[in-house]
Amino acid sequence: MTAVTEPTEQDQLAYVAAKAADSRVNVELETDDGMTLNIGPQHPATHGTLRIVAKLDGEQVLWAEPIMGYMHRGYEKLVEVRTYPQVTTLINRIDWLGSFANEVPFILACEELMEIEAPPRAQYIRTVLHEMGRISHLIMGVGDMGVQIGALTPMFYAFRDREYLLNQIEAATGGRFHPNFDRIGGVKDDLPAGWIAETTRIMKTMTAFCDQMDDLLMGNEIFEQRTRGIGVIPPELAQLYGLSGANLRASGIDWDLRRDSDSPMAWKHADFKVITHTDGDSFARTWCRLQEIRESAKIVTQLLDDLPSGPIMAKVPRIIKVPAGEAYVATENPLGEMGYYVVSKGDLGPFRVKIRTASFSNVSIVPWILRGVYVPDIITILGSLYFILGDIDR
Amino acid sequence: MNLASVFAGPFDAYWAQSILRSVGVIAAVLLPAGTFVYLFLFKMVSFMQNRLGPMEAGPYGSVQLLAEVGKSLQKEDIVPDRADRTLFKIAPYLVVGTVLLTYVVVPFGPDMVFIDSNVLGTGIFFVMAVSSISVIGIILAGWASASKFSLLGGLRAAGQLIAYELPLVLSVVGVVIQAGTLDLQKIVTAQATGEIFGWGALGNPYILTQGVALLIFMIAMQAELAQTPFDMPVAESELVTGYMTEYTGLRFLLFFIGEFASAGAFSAIAATLWLGGWYLPGLDLTADYMNVVGPLVLLGKTMIFGGIIFFVRFTYPRFREDQLQRFAWKVLIPLALVNIFATGVLKVVF
Repeated sequence: MTAVTEPTEQDQLAYVAAKAADSRVNVELETDDGMTLNIGPQHPATHGTLRIVAKLDGEQVLWAEPIMGYMHRGYEKLVEVRTYPQVTTLINRIDWLGSFANEVPFILACEELMEIEAPPRAQYIRTVLHEMGRISHLIMGVGDMGVQIGALTPMFYAFRDREYLLNQIEAATGGRFHPNFDRIGGVKDDLPAGWIAETTRIMKTMTAFCDQMDDLLMGNEIFEQRTRGIGVIPPELAQLYGLSGANLRASGIDWDLRRDSDSPMAWKHADFKVITHTDGDSFARTWCRLQEIRESAKIVTQLLDDLPSGPIMAKVPRIIKVPAGEAYVATENPLGEMGYYVVSKGDLGPFRVKIRTASFSNVSIVPWILRGVYVPDIITILGSLYFILGDIDR
Repeated sequence: MNLASVFAGPFDAYWAQSILRSVGVIAAVLLPAGTFVYLFLFKMVSFMQNRLGPMEAGPYGSVQLLAEVGKSLQKEDIVPDRADRTLFKIAPYLVVGTVLLTYVVVPFGPDMVFIDSNVLGTGIFFVMAVSSISVIGIILAGWASASKFSLLGGLRAAGQLIAYELPLVLSVVGVVIQAGTLDLQKIVTAQATGEIFGWGALGNPYILTQGVALLIFMIAMQAELAQTPFDMPVAESELVTGYMTEYTGLRFLLFFIGEFASAGAFSAIAATLWLGGWYLPGLDLTADYMNVVGPLVLLGKTMIFGGIIFFVRFTYPRFREDQLQRFAWKVLIPLALVNIFATGVLKVVF
């Protein structure tokens, strides 16, 4: 028999410290009150590797907490060892469904520091691609909401109609998901011949998709029963948690960076409505996304109708050096406000880049919103908050 | 020892019949189940969802099913570390066994029955009793898996299947009152020879007089089979796959067969109770050829119900557990009771 050594006080302190350090990791071992359920990191509902630790009493959630970081790729650090033109390749993988939208705020921040402005045609093309990225992103959001609630079919309709859009994005930029098309001072290429007519036609398909989803999903009684009054976010709380995008607008706060910021992009030339809803529940969030697709389709059609002619690149030096300074530019991305705080020391690459992503703030409300709901509602609420894991963890 | 000597003994007729019956039951289970999977799960749904479905295995993907079975058979048989091994392994067999038992009393023709009515004259009662055994299999699977998702799935299944057993039974009672018998064969005969206000060209398929009961039966059946919109026990976006989460290979295949075979069994029973079973108007009720035509007619009618089940499954989203219970206890059961009452009154009046 081996002698049992008495643990010293130091051992015990170290033990407690270790416990406290990863208490969230070990929390499933404590089963004194209720059952702890680990939803994720590998779980079909978390679209990636978000982990939700939920303490359950039967099927009711006592508390729940999101744990992020399983997909951290260190982009903020990686961009520091790249030159400015190389950065866009990297950052359009942050929110992989709306890639082009990720490039825009960074490029705008660099342009602000360099005090150049892209010619109007480039701004229009940027805005059009940005909005097309938004549509292809939100289409998936609406389809995904169906899957989370158990209706598989909307997802396939979403895939079908997104395909037209991705083909157009590919025709213009060469990439379906990661265009890497935005350049400091303009865009890489002009639009190919016949692209405008085809895109205008496809925007009608998108509106038809919205009509279809309005009937199929939004008009379904079971869908309404599952989402109405579930996961209500009061407007004050939405602001406190820093929500943005459709999650904020669904709570009744009329705030959209496309309209409210003085961005050089072409949104000011388009006539569109900012969609809001007063309920703040899961239904409202999904509804807002669906209606935003309509508005985006409108924006694209309008901008393509009066696309100005002219160059697509401003005069930019061959080797890009951004003068020393700091700039923060945010745009309204599909998921909400996405901003880049770029600090330059006048080198070939940025000194430091802080990326403000929408999903990170949007999921921060999860512990509050999940308290007291049932297990199936966890999934619908997460689906209606609509986040992308890459956007949370970067 | 050759095969002939097995049948040469005093029990030859008994053995020959038993083997035939076993083969018959297995064929009766697998045939509709396979047809359901291919026709509805693979093809109909694919067309609904704007895709082609399996196209590579065989002409038009027709042997995809065999490929799936082959894949499942090759997989490693995994039992989780902390699982209760015995129960974990028994559970899928219990579920499939239930379905086999359900088919035993379904008549396929005037003489095409597995068990004679004078041996087991309470056919539909037997079906309702036996079909609840599968709940035990599902709870066992959920509990023995030693996984929280399985446990939640198993408990949801238990609550749901027990709640929907009641409307299922009550909806059948209406038909039983009208036919005046529990025997499925006699219910078929009653529908074939029945008259609607003296007009007997169609017989009297009970879908005409017991439509409400059929509606309740279809809804309760959807819940019993755990198909969307009542698929919380296997809700794949919440509970991974519920009580089946930890199963692989053959045992998962058995659950899969059990799911679709019981869809076939319930459809066959619905077809027998409401659409006249193996009989079609214009055919001879007692002729010998009905033993061949009858099963085909029944299969066709089964497909109608199967089509409805899977059409609904891929059209609607999923209820929440409490909404499902409320629906059963507050809507379906009162409605079924009213139907029984009305049927009883009308039976006495006419």
